[in-house]
Amino acid sequence: MEKTLFLILSTVAVVGALVTITRKNPLGSAIALIVTFVALSGLYFTLDAAFVGALQVLVYAGAIMVLVVFVIMLLNLPEGELEEERIPPRRWALAFFSVVPLGFLCIAQILSATPPAKTPVAPSFGSVAGVGRLLFGDYLLQFEVVSLLLLVAIVGAIVMAKKKL
Amino acid sequence: METQAYLVVATLIFLIGATGFLVRRNILVLFMSIELMLNGAAMLFVTFARQWQQMDGHVMVFFIIALAAAEAAVGLSILIAVFRLRHRVNVDELTELKG
Repeated sequence: MEKTLFLILSTVAVVGALVTITRKNPLGSAIALIVTFVALSGLYFTLDAAFVGALQVLVYAGAIMVLVVFVIMLLNLPEGELEEERIPPRRWALAFFSVVPLGFLCIAQILSATPPAKTPVAPSFGSVAGVGRLLFGDYLLQFEVVSLLLLVAIVGAIVMAKKKL
Repeated sequence: METQAYLVVATLIFLIGATGFLVRRNILVLFMSIELMLNGAAMLFVTFARQWQQMDGHVMVFFIIALAAAEAAVGLSILIAVFRLRHRVNVDELTELKG
């Protein structure tokens, strides 16, 4: 059961990622990316990470992708702009020769390792209470720094979106 | 499923994002490729959190999601500002800031 769920979710995630980078229309890419994010959220739930899985759907598949789709709509790209992008085979070859060796190294390293078998987790693992206690305890300073980052992002977005810079 | 299967899926998603970033020229798709790479890294954190039963990885994913939200807000507003000036989304045609 767990194995089937993992296979379905991981296939959906990888295929969605492939569709994302191959669609000519950015709206198609955005929809495929949302599918990938939802599948990843399902994988997080199978890893007993309920809080992070819910956050993935809420923030990533919800807020961030709505922003992307909204921008695609706002740009209202003319048809010709999409037709212009034709990827030359040379660029595929260059990407292939840089990514495949990296992937080979990573996956060979992963498969050569023998991690200890997984043990069952406590019910509080990955819950909102558990993560929250860590977030407002050990990681309090980092949490405050993130709030500063979000403030900078808000100010930056307003400055960039103004008519006159 | 064992940890390694999850690690391989996370690596594949990261590599697909990297390939997209190298191959595509549409600035919107480049942005989405970055999101894919961030998600590959986030999934590694969740996998190792489960393996070692330490919730610190979940906190890191929380930070990654906050970072992605900030990046989306600033990145997309830059995109709109550039598009308003140039009416192009192809990064090969947006070379004014280069060198």
